[in-house]
Amino acid sequence: MTESFRHGVLVKPYERLDQEQIRCLDEASLALLADPGIWCYNERAAKLFKAHGAKVWEEESGSPCWRVSLPAGLIREAVARAPSRFMLGARKQENRLLLDSDVPRVYFGSGSEANIWLEAEMEEFVSVRDGKATVLVPRFREMRGTTALLSRAARLCDKLEHLDFFIRPLNIQDPEITPENHDVNKFFASLNNTTKHVQAGLTTLESLGGVVRMAELIAGGPEALRENPIISFIACVFKSPLQVVDDTADKVFAIVEQGLPLVISSSPQGGSSAPIQEAGMVAQINAEILAGIALVQLIKEGAPVLYGSVPVRARLDDLHDLYGCPEFNQYNMDCVQLARFYRVPCYSTAGVGDAKVPGMQAVFEKLFTHLYMAMSGAQYIHYALGLLDRTNSFCPLQAVLDNEQIGKIKHCLREPKVAPPVGEEMLRMVKKVMGSPHRLFTRHVRKALHAGDVSSPYRFETKGMEDRVLEKALDYLAQLEAMPSPQLELGTVKQIFQEIPGLLPGLGQPAQQGY
Amino acid sequence: MQEKEILERIAFNVIQGRVEAEDEGFDEGLDGQAAVTELVEEALTQGIDPKSTVIEGLTKAMEVVGEKFEKEEYLIPDMLASAECVGAAMDILSPHLVQAGVESRGKFVIATVAGDLHDIGKNIVAIMLKGAGYEVIDLGTDVPADRIAETVRENQAPFLGLSALLTTTMRVMGEVVGRLEQEGLRDKVKVLIGGAPTSQEFADEIGADVYCKDAFQAIDALKAMASSA
Repeated sequence: MTESFRHGVLVKPYERLDQEQIRCLDEASLALLADPGIWCYNERAAKLFKAHGAKVWEEESGSPCWRVSLPAGLIREAVARAPSRFMLGARKQENRLLLDSDVPRVYFGSGSEANIWLEAEMEEFVSVRDGKATVLVPRFREMRGTTALLSRAARLCDKLEHLDFFIRPLNIQDPEITPENHDVNKFFASLNNTTKHVQAGLTTLESLGGVVRMAELIAGGPEALRENPIISFIACVFKSPLQVVDDTADKVFAIVEQGLPLVISSSPQGGSSAPIQEAGMVAQINAEILAGIALVQLIKEGAPVLYGSVPVRARLDDLHDLYGCPEFNQYNMDCVQLARFYRVPCYSTAGVGDAKVPGMQAVFEKLFTHLYMAMSGAQYIHYALGLLDRTNSFCPLQAVLDNEQIGKIKHCLREPKVAPPVGEEMLRMVKKVMGSPHRLFTRHVRKALHAGDVSSPYRFETKGMEDRVLEKALDYLAQLEAMPSPQLELGTVKQIFQEIPGLLPGLGQPAQQGY
Repeated sequence: MQEKEILERIAFNVIQGRVEAEDEGFDEGLDGQAAVTELVEEALTQGIDPKSTVIEGLTKAMEVVGEKFEKEEYLIPDMLASAECVGAAMDILSPHLVQAGVESRGKFVIATVAGDLHDIGKNIVAIMLKGAGYEVIDLGTDVPADRIAETVRENQAPFLGLSALLTTTMRVMGEVVGRLEQEGLRDKVKVLIGGAPTSQEFADEIGADVYCKDAFQAIDALKAMASSA
């Protein structure tokens, strides 16, 4: 079978660190893992590390805890077993993602699990000075996340051309949702409404079986799912600084044993749960991720895993996360280089900011990270579409704006088409035009235009004196939402509802188009 | 080839924007096939009336191109490619049309005024006008007012187009209009101006006839002048 997958964008990575600095950070991380080591609150993980040569002793604390001193050799050998190249599947073959640590092919996707859905509409206001002068202003309404809204988000994201994968951006809070049925409903709402790769964290270990069975039914069986893993998981197994979380470690064991891909994600905050200084922050997060990847490989050699780096910086006025700042890019770019050094595909972060509504602040914060992180060559950039108020709200209008921005960035970072035959063609063109009366190249734009090499103007541009970007983006959002839904076949839905307990009955109904 | 087939192929290639056989078209896979230049030569060889070539092969095709542009199916490069096709065809056909007593839509002198070397907009207008059937006399860039007025007089041109990109050179357009007045030519020539810093207000201020935002407005203005004449 010919391998089909999304193209993403192949970039020439911008490298912030030189080889000496990478070695320095690598050694610092390994030194941290040896001393002070990690605080492991999961007995099974502690025993597994011990069985492979780690020094383990019980800590005296309120909860059962083991200190684990990890020798550098253990970490290096285990991390080296992680695959450098694997595919994340999707309902549509052409939506699969080829992750290769040696190839800086960049994909963008959604992320977080925000509580709030931010709905937007334009409202007309009249000038108090001139009653004839009116202006359209965006008005926003906060709504609690529900399964219906998550389904809507998945349908929208399926239509967004530059979104390559779907991480549930919304927390489902319907009255009928409980911890026990949260995961199956979350995954079903996602899988039923997008043909792209679906990724999420696991709320409870007990629901993993139901989620995996659901994915098997959609993919065509247990083997088909492992060949085309349409789902994968995020596991934040480390609570910074350097502490292995008990129940997340159990989930890591279970996911790896199921043979499905996962992200080992860590998100220390520079200035509170990690040093704010670049070297200290990166050495610590790298240590945490390396220990997590090592755990995965000790559970099952060759298990597909992503190096999940989400380092952030603290605001110094309230100690919340500060995303759209230079340090964020510095931390994250360093992590991308380290992932490349270890030859593990990198799950990275961009497109988050403090802005609470779409507008100029959001554009600044998002562009600042979207662009730099794409330049870094991270394979899998999450959080990139639709998030506002840090990661606390998901706004479909913002997702549409982000999609346009990411499209331009992908175009900008494309590989240069400068090869000898093309060079000759260009020389012929220049000679031809210089021999013509007006020496104008415009006619010769057409070939590049038709080949998709020439970008279009900003989709939401306004040519007059008003800024109508949000109004136009809302119109475009309405067009996208009126398009047909990519829902699963009714037979598959019926089988899923028969086999998987806990699904909300309304989720199985065909979607209504247009909102 | 039959006359009908040749004329249809000329029209098709105008719409495709293919001047010569080596040109790519709007659609894929046309490279290497005879294009407007070769087909117009073929039409002459076969004795097809040049007026038929102009009307059936060129004019109707440009109407289709205009419609495609309005529907945003075509962009400026496509429009220019088609206009260049018509211009190339007219270069070949002109002597034969003169022999047959067919006149162009009129002489149009065009120039970028003194002190200004910018000519992209001026060139686009020149190509489009030639494609629309005007006899374009292009004086190039940095052209003094005297020379512009002299060319208008020598050619008895009913139309003059002036272009400037710089705020410092746009004033020269006023000098050209003044020179036309001094030479007694002002009431014999319509003056169209264009360029980024210019406007209808500026056109009024210097005594030009029309400000044109782009090449399409220039053609529309000329059509309006023709219909009101």
